[in-house]
Amino acid sequence: MSLSANDKEGENNMAKSILFVISRPPYKSENPKLAITHAMACFVADMHIDEEVEPVVAFVGDGVLNCIKNQRSQEFYGIISTEQHIKNQLASDMRMLVCKEDLYRLDIKPERLINARDMGADIDLNVVGFNEVQKEMERCDQMMWF
Amino acid sequence: MATISIGLFSSLIGSMNSDFAVKLAETAVNKGHSVNLWFSGNAVTLARKGQKSFKDYSYLAERLKALQENGVAIVACEACAAARGIHKDDVIEGIAVHSMDWYVARAAKSDRVLHIGGE
Repeated sequence: MSLSANDKEGENNMAKSILFVISRPPYKSENPKLAITHAMACFVADMHIDEEVEPVVAFVGDGVLNCIKNQRSQEFYGIISTEQHIKNQLASDMRMLVCKEDLYRLDIKPERLINARDMGADIDLNVVGFNEVQKEMERCDQMMWF
Repeated sequence: MATISIGLFSSLIGSMNSDFAVKLAETAVNKGHSVNLWFSGNAVTLARKGQKSFKDYSYLAERLKALQENGVAIVACEACAAARGIHKDDVIEGIAVHSMDWYVARAAKSDRVLHIGGE
């Protein structure tokens, strides 16, 4: 029997999950911020449907550059930083995955990554191998690639 | 038949992504599927009324109207539009303007979600 993405056996009463995959660097494209704001909108999506929508964000490829802390977009561009959006989401307990292999490729050490501990966040960005991102791709109900 | 949500992020002019998204929506509707068409980022320019047809530029207003008549929900992102000076009075009649929660709710309930474009 073939099951559609919305008909996974045993999952009918669970929240729908959407995986937002961010593969572009910050500020050169609007897409990463659109992904993040779309993900945030999931928290109020149940105004429109009878289920909750669980967002998960995954940074892959050059998208991992969004996760570097101390962004100065306010100073240079006069706009709120992607960092601030990510911190807000961590403080909201949104699961956010960062591809370990891409961090290594760009020589970004974990200590350079954003955290929201100053905002009282209980979780950090979760550095995982791409195989874990793939598992999330298989688990989610919908995937949105930005 | 399935419900398909198409998120478009490219502008009306500048690439053929918008033409492709509209063609995809037309094909899906013609096959009997239900379609949601979401304009976000620069794609909100597709919703602007008063577009003129030139031979060198994509012109999709009439095809969007036909999609609406065939039951496609066409919606532009409110924040993306307002940031570009496109307000509700500037939008083609029948195209709705909503915030992103509308789209992610529709997407969550869809059978398939396709994202196209983005600068």
